[in-house]
Amino acid sequence: MAERSFKEEVQKLRIPAGEEFHGEGILAVTKALLQSGVSYVGGYQGAPISHLMDVLGDANDILAELGVHFENSASEATAAAMLAASVNYPLRGAITFKSTVGTNVASDALANLASGGVTGGALIIVGEDYGEGSSIMQERSHAFAMKSQMWLLDPRPNLTAIVDSVEYGFELSEYSNTPVMLELRLRSCHLHGSFITKENKRPTFTRKEAMENPRRDVSRIVLPPASFMHEQEKINQRMPAAIQFIKDRKINEMISNGKKDFGIITQGGLYNTVMRGLQLLGLADIYGNSEIPVYVLNVTYPIIADEVEEFAKDKRALLLFEEGQPDYIEQNIHSILRKADATAKLHGKDVLVMAGEYTPTVVTKGLLSFVRMYAPDLIKENDLPAIVLPPDSPEHPMAIKLTQGEVHMRPPGFCTGCPERPIFSALKLAERETGKHHVSADIGCHLFSILPPFDIGATTMGYGLGSAGAAGFQDANSEKPVLAFMGDGGFWHNGLTSGVGNAVFNESNQVLVVVDNAYSAATGGQDILSSAADNPIRSTKHPIERAVRGVGVKWAKTVTNTYKVDELRDTFIDALTSKEPGPKVIVAQSECTLNRTRRERPLAAKAEKEGKRVVRERYGIDPETCTGDHSCIRISGCPSLSITANPDPLRKEPIATVLSSCVGCGLCGENAHAAALCPSFYRTQVISNPTAWDRFITSLRNAYISRLQSGIERRYAGIEPEASTAELVSA
Amino acid sequence: MTQATQTRAITMAILAMGGEGGGVLADWMVSLGEHSGYWAQTTSVPGVAQRTGATIYYVELFPRTADGAEPILSTMPTPGEVDIVLASELMEAGRSVVRGLVTPKNTTLIASTHRVYSMMEKTALGDGRVDSDTIIENCMKAAAKFVGGDFAKIAEESGSVISSVLFGALAGTGRLPFTRKEFESAIERAGVGVATSLNAFARGFEYAQNALKPASTGVPIQIGMKPVSVEDTKAATDAAIAADPTAAVGARLSAQAAHIQNTYPASVRATLVHGIKRTTEYQDVKYADEFLARVASVYALDLAHGDGSFRLTNEAARYTALWMTYEDTIRVAAIKVRARRFDRIHKEARAKNEQVVGIMEFLHPQVQEVADTLPTALGKWVLRSKPVNALITRVSGNGIKVNTTSAFGYTTLYILSRLRPIRRRSLRFNEEQLLIDAWLTTVMDLASKNYGLACEVAETQSLVKGYGETHANGLANFDAIMAELPRTLVAADPVARQIALRTAALAEESGEKLRALLR
Repeated sequence: MAERSFKEEVQKLRIPAGEEFHGEGILAVTKALLQSGVSYVGGYQGAPISHLMDVLGDANDILAELGVHFENSASEATAAAMLAASVNYPLRGAITFKSTVGTNVASDALANLASGGVTGGALIIVGEDYGEGSSIMQERSHAFAMKSQMWLLDPRPNLTAIVDSVEYGFELSEYSNTPVMLELRLRSCHLHGSFITKENKRPTFTRKEAMENPRRDVSRIVLPPASFMHEQEKINQRMPAAIQFIKDRKINEMISNGKKDFGIITQGGLYNTVMRGLQLLGLADIYGNSEIPVYVLNVTYPIIADEVEEFAKDKRALLLFEEGQPDYIEQNIHSILRKADATAKLHGKDVLVMAGEYTPTVVTKGLLSFVRMYAPDLIKENDLPAIVLPPDSPEHPMAIKLTQGEVHMRPPGFCTGCPERPIFSALKLAERETGKHHVSADIGCHLFSILPPFDIGATTMGYGLGSAGAAGFQDANSEKPVLAFMGDGGFWHNGLTSGVGNAVFNESNQVLVVVDNAYSAATGGQDILSSAADNPIRSTKHPIERAVRGVGVKWAKTVTNTYKVDELRDTFIDALTSKEPGPKVIVAQSECTLNRTRRERPLAAKAEKEGKRVVRERYGIDPETCTGDHSCIRISGCPSLSITANPDPLRKEPIATVLSSCVGCGLCGENAHAAALCPSFYRTQVISNPTAWDRFITSLRNAYISRLQSGIERRYAGIEPEASTAELVSA
Repeated sequence: MTQATQTRAITMAILAMGGEGGGVLADWMVSLGEHSGYWAQTTSVPGVAQRTGATIYYVELFPRTADGAEPILSTMPTPGEVDIVLASELMEAGRSVVRGLVTPKNTTLIASTHRVYSMMEKTALGDGRVDSDTIIENCMKAAAKFVGGDFAKIAEESGSVISSVLFGALAGTGRLPFTRKEFESAIERAGVGVATSLNAFARGFEYAQNALKPASTGVPIQIGMKPVSVEDTKAATDAAIAADPTAAVGARLSAQAAHIQNTYPASVRATLVHGIKRTTEYQDVKYADEFLARVASVYALDLAHGDGSFRLTNEAARYTALWMTYEDTIRVAAIKVRARRFDRIHKEARAKNEQVVGIMEFLHPQVQEVADTLPTALGKWVLRSKPVNALITRVSGNGIKVNTTSAFGYTTLYILSRLRPIRRRSLRFNEEQLLIDAWLTTVMDLASKNYGLACEVAETQSLVKGYGETHANGLANFDAIMAELPRTLVAADPVARQIALRTAALAEESGEKLRALLR
């Protein structure tokens, strides 16, 4: 089960028509899908649409009631191929994934789908992971829409606008026989807002009808000569139909309260930021009444030439807000204006930025330079927002400087109790004996290994491609194999074939570590084939080691508890020094602690309340024996293992300490042993509701220990002054 | 703020770390707004940021009007235009200043001043901590109003999480047009841990109200209270000891304390008192006398060549005491069996009386450490004897877990702790005394030639610490730097050179940087 549960929120999907729905973007999209009569939904998790998948999973009952089929697809390619059901039948289908990485994976299927075209509405909801908070390379989904001739929606970040775009997206897809991409920007997914609901619709045509009355049309299949015909269709029929639909339905919005002879064109997704910029410059109010006309592109591909020409007419200049690069839309509009012999001058990247996010700062500064050029009298120069002031102005919001040495970066890292941490602790220890290796990393929480304190991993080539990323390093003369990492999520996504199968076939001498934490953990703890949990709607418990042996791996070992650091270290040494040809696969298994804690903590609390014997563990460090060299931190990096001022009156440097957030995972103890660290670590065990035996044995032990302790204190007497003994105890 | 005059949204940013409840705080704000007749919008950046990294949540509120017109709210904060910033930790507060979210024109900054150390601060071999005061000063400079306090402590005391305290402090500032009851209702509606959250909320509320209470001058007080630091406490204790050394020791050391009071200047007394107590606890009063004898020779030279600060005496005394009480098995055992340690652990585990507490030690005595503790001849034999070596490695090679709360485990450590009398005859004791004297001789030799360098050489001893491999590495670095001394002495700036060498040794574990400097 996923890390975050939407079991309660999904009940909102049952809200009847005409009521105000309050919630997050992802819930609104799900509601919109139901309101559109969707027949089937698939997708692959990944920020920012991970929670959309979780919502759909938790809403499975509601979906089933409406006759909607939902799948957790094996990959984005699988999800995209699923849309094949809309090619021959009037079935509406929707898929979702993270973009551009997911779109990269899906693009083979998407290109085939877009070539033959669709009968039923096909909606591809891409979570555009761009700008601050993004975890991937900075690229645009726009290119995919252009290259395959799919239409791209980029609605205003407003729940009503997003819900509408889902609904007209299906209609547009059907009207133009083309799959439609709906771009949900990073912040829109978790945007909390409201909209007025409509009735959920049961699909009119069912999958059963399709399956029992199969249809085919060879002209829809991508094979010559049909493939050549598809290209003509795209340009001569589907595109004109789409343009007609977009114009007729007025999907793009012209907001022209003001009658200025210059205007603004913006991608829908940037609308709120642009309006905020105008408001800060005193050119619009909070309701969007603007002195400058604004043309909002809720469809960013195709650009409607007629609408652009109409908007540009009688205008001296236009400012285009198009985020990211290359500047596809700007080039497109330049071409439209030139062909129309329009006189309006187009600005965009010249006053904004070519690369990077269009933050309020970038947008407001761009607006200011633009308006200064065409109507300087509109600008109240002595009442400007602080952000547009010169950087050296004392009024500038960043006038107060703190250096990087004072405010450190705080990148994400392994959680307290993360079972992946000991894998890298063990590798660090193994490498003390075997020396360093080239390490090909993968996508997932385990990629945090590249950061301090581990500093392990040289490249990452994509999800599930850790092993493939090591393929180039084959040299019979090398004394050392290469080391590759892969998560269980990436393994089932494609790594089994692209990595393991490839290494077997090419007799690759690599050591592959598959990090098996029982979930697709980095994306929010979704179940996968090898998950250990029972999932009522999915088939789980398919072991990874069996899969790798199935494709021909001879040397495979599963370590079922990553906390056995010494065992794992020895396994690493074995694998790294093995003379066995072909890939050596280590499956390092332990459940993701976020998910485990979420499951077990309430159970333990309940048991304790019910009077059952419950054991709680945590670690500690003796401040008197810790000398403050922090070597324990350098092989752990746990958030709960920190530093604190040295209580020793003679020492200055801070000592290590265990914070109360410690979950007693055991790594500190294991590391203290495996790395022969220091004797400062201890484990505390607190037993709630002890049994009669517990109490009996404890009272005997306590009596014995107290007797010896009073002897010890007698021998130390006379060192501390009498009065302050109590103080010292508390210190 | 009334509906008629308000033209801009109320803007609020929350800076937190993954897992700290920043999302819960944002949800409360939305619930508060929506139930008080406001449009509410919140956005966050989900994804990997939830895994302990820095995260920003952003909330905008705008009053609803009769015509139902929907305002256009921003999904991102604009630097310079944020009304309220809540930061769950001091460095995050610093980050909000760096990002321009906090401005003297309009921002109320509510920040917890406790520290969650960054990886860079934690992994340093020495002290890598950032100065809290610098950040606090800048927060005060940057904000229109700054409510800073150790909210983590308040949260812990009230059995809740920091988000509840911050929400209470937000209400307490009176910056939002909502009543206290409306705030509390938002917590109640969320329905999770309501009682403890409300308790923490109340503490935060009061804290902010007091912090912003106008003083008699009518100017709002801006409190930047940070947690009381151990360093401050130490300084106060040391001042008291310097004033009256005899009051700081028991009967067995009263003669030594009186001697310290009569012979030494106030600036070194506390260090000496700590030194005699430490050496006596470690060995015996005679050992404390030996410590004082060593310090006396340094002090004589300090009087002759020093600048009156007695820095040399202070640092030499500090590191002599630390070196004389080197970390051996007996010391570790003696600390582990003390009653005060048991008390501390009970407190730390928040164990209630009816609960049973067990303590498990993770020990890893190596052949060298075992031999170190034995009488010199026996120790040497152990090191030479292959079968004994193998035996020790077999028993403790993968570490030993000792249950100190069991009779057997406790007795084992107890016996070890009582080996104190044989320490003087042990292999390591004699070796360490020779090393200490050699180092002190060098320090004293330098006192007349270059006082500053002598002080730095005294401080170089701080490299020798830890156990096993860490200790061996530290000692090797120390030896290398000491061997370099003849060349350091003739360097352009010997003091700077010595500091550079020591810093390089602490820069990273592999010793690369130090080796590069020594090349």
